Amino acid sequence: MKNHLRPALMLFGILTLLTGLLYPLAVTGIAQAVFPEQANGSLIVRDGKVVGSALIGQNFTENQYFWGRPSATGPMPNNAANSGGSNLGPTNPALPDAVKERIAALKAAHPAQSGPVPVDLVTASASGLDPQISPAAARYQVERVAQARQLPVEKVLKLVEAHTEGRQWGVFGEARVNVLQLNLALDKLMS
Amino acid sequence: MTTDAIFQLGLYLAVLLALAWPLGAYLSRVLQGEAWGPVRLLAPAERLIYRICGIRADEEMNWKNYAIALILFNTLGAVAVYGLQRLQGGLPLNPQNLGAVSPDSAFNTALSFATNTNWQGYGGESTMSYLTQMLALTVQNFLSAATGIAVAIALIRGFARHSFGTIGNFWADLTRCTLYVLLPLSFVLALVQVQQGSIQNLKPYQDAQTLQVTTYQQPKNDAQGNPLKDEKGNPVTEEAKTATQSIAMGPVASQEAIKMIGTNGGGFFNANSAHPYENPTPLTNFLQMLAIFLIPTALCFTFGRIVGDQRQGWAVLAAMTAIFVVMVCVALYAEQQGNPQLTQLGADQIASAVQAGGNMEGKETRFGITASALFAAITTAASCGAVNAMHDSFTPLGGLVPLALIQMGEVVFGGVGSGLYGMLIFAIMAVFISGLMIGRTPEYLGKKIEIFEMKMTALAILVTPILVLVGTAIAVMATAGKAGVANPAAHGFSEILYAFSSAANNNGSAFAGLSANTPFYNVLLGIAVWFGRFAVIVPVLAIAGSLAAKKRLAVTTGTLPTHGPLFVILLIGTVLLVGALNFIPALALGPIIEHLQMLAN
Repeated sequence: MKNHLRPALMLFGILTLLTGLLYPLAVTGIAQAVFPEQANGSLIVRDGKVVGSALIGQNFTENQYFWGRPSATGPMPNNAANSGGSNLGPTNPALPDAVKERIAALKAAHPAQSGPVPVDLVTASASGLDPQISPAAARYQVERVAQARQLPVEKVLKLVEAHTEGRQWGVFGEARVNVLQLNLALDKLMS
Repeated sequence: MTTDAIFQLGLYLAVLLALAWPLGAYLSRVLQGEAWGPVRLLAPAERLIYRICGIRADEEMNWKNYAIALILFNTLGAVAVYGLQRLQGGLPLNPQNLGAVSPDSAFNTALSFATNTNWQGYGGESTMSYLTQMLALTVQNFLSAATGIAVAIALIRGFARHSFGTIGNFWADLTRCTLYVLLPLSFVLALVQVQQGSIQNLKPYQDAQTLQVTTYQQPKNDAQGNPLKDEKGNPVTEEAKTATQSIAMGPVASQEAIKMIGTNGGGFFNANSAHPYENPTPLTNFLQMLAIFLIPTALCFTFGRIVGDQRQGWAVLAAMTAIFVVMVCVALYAEQQGNPQLTQLGADQIASAVQAGGNMEGKETRFGITASALFAAITTAASCGAVNAMHDSFTPLGGLVPLALIQMGEVVFGGVGSGLYGMLIFAIMAVFISGLMIGRTPEYLGKKIEIFEMKMTALAILVTPILVLVGTAIAVMATAGKAGVANPAAHGFSEILYAFSSAANNNGSAFAGLSANTPFYNVLLGIAVWFGRFAVIVPVLAIAGSLAAKKRLAVTTGTLPTHGPLFVILLIGTVLLVGALNFIPALALGPIIEHLQMLAN
């Protein structure tokens, strides 16, 4: 026991400095030099002000904007300093209650749509910060946004298509639309 | 289950094998003390470390000394993590001025990170300073992983050697794993993560001016800062507005890389690998899934190489893969089916070219169903515990898969090192059972399995189920245990069962609705992670020492071959049988009854 103490203490000290200080600082240094934009959060600047991050979802409820995934973070939705999901279980009555309310609100806001609502629009994301929605969920909202902005539906539809990303490398993940970037493009179109 | 899901699974396994095969060869060289290839450049650093620490790397230890050194080293780690959390308020690299972590939470996190569990009772971005994340948590991600690999290599030596008194030098094994394996792999993955969008900085949280104003309900606090409640016990809130989004920052990518490669799983953020800064793209998600299984798979090949018969490694890997593929298919199917109640309400859960469909509660759009269900099975088959979707919101059968994979003892690939040594313990069990059936003294890899090995095997296999079942029983009877439950009925029981399964098997994922950051759960789960780790490692090292000392028997016609399909089936059967006998009654009370209730509605 006693003859193990010195190697244990010394080795722990050295490996702590190596893996806990040198390694993260070296990665930070290289990241800041080579990929500064990503390393600092993929922030989006408009008119000299940071208006969000391309990777972090924002809360949208106004008719002129596309809406994102419901967010279960507290106290406000899309709280990027307190990520997390709803953790509602599949048979918890609170889940259908919440979904029912969201579907009713969506149907009321989208009289042009008669079919069922894309599921990602009525279920809370895992992080509460999901920046994207499915192409189906974006398509669902086109008429409402066009009407609120007094734009032709065709034009909004084109913008949605331009902001639709396919599977990464054609293989990984799912097709998706970044809501904040789409809404920024809408604002730009108007100004 | 979609055809794309089958393709994704096949692609994943193919790429995994292609990467793990050369890594297995590399590991068998460096773990036997050969500095090889480009890492020769690091050899002077290795020698310097030994000189400073007064370590004589060629002086081997017997199993007892190996165990003492290992436990001493990991205890030091736990003490350091506890201390840093308690003192972080006065230490640098704390731009958010986060205060000391509560004693019970710090205790739980210290034990949990030192045992490769990485259970998170806390939310990272609202609790831990950057210094704590780096100097306490990242360090343990490396060292607990290196410890696991060291135990596996010691057990492999036990099989490979004969008439030997020692099983290796713990200090050297630990240093080599860290320096030659974990650090280079993490470095590469961390930089790819950043390129894809993971953050890596030491800045304070960034404020963004949002496009529209958000109205929300702000809980009201009394003068002492405690939340106010009305007569019914509901929190009192007031309407508030904000046009600012505070975005958490930090050195994420460097911790993310070792979190996956070391099968640790403790996220930088509360949402873990679901957070867009931890897992920004489908590509990083694929790489993270590969990183989880990479070393556990490679170690199967390393095992085959060092014992001098590669078919032995393939047999173990085949058993792991067979169980994994069946389990992952159940999860993919169940999650893609979705929740029948939501369809009734008017939600569209059908997969198509424009949406993933399925059960999207607690999942991210970029991952959809396939990449979420695949990740869930991988992270729980291995003892990683990172999550890219909230397991608590999985369908009952989809949630049964991660729970059952954990309860099998984390031997289906398993943690780095711990998966292989766990599976080899089951292999010993399997030859023992078959030995009983044919009336011969069991042997494995030319070593006679006798009373001492079987006692230790029984101990190693039974410790974790006892911790899980006794812990769950205590929690469901205690008021403090029941108070943490978030979902009603059978699902609430599943939350508690999952917590103890995850802790005792050193996984670290959760049915996260459970409010586990209370003194009750912090202490009880802390005890479970510690004994779930070291009460298994000590018997494994004892077996390693005992086997190393034995003579090697010649192969005769009476020897049961342990590389063919028959043995693979026997090994699968042993794992499933032990798991089923221990846990089917508990599973029936949780996910199984919940599945039937969901169908009945």
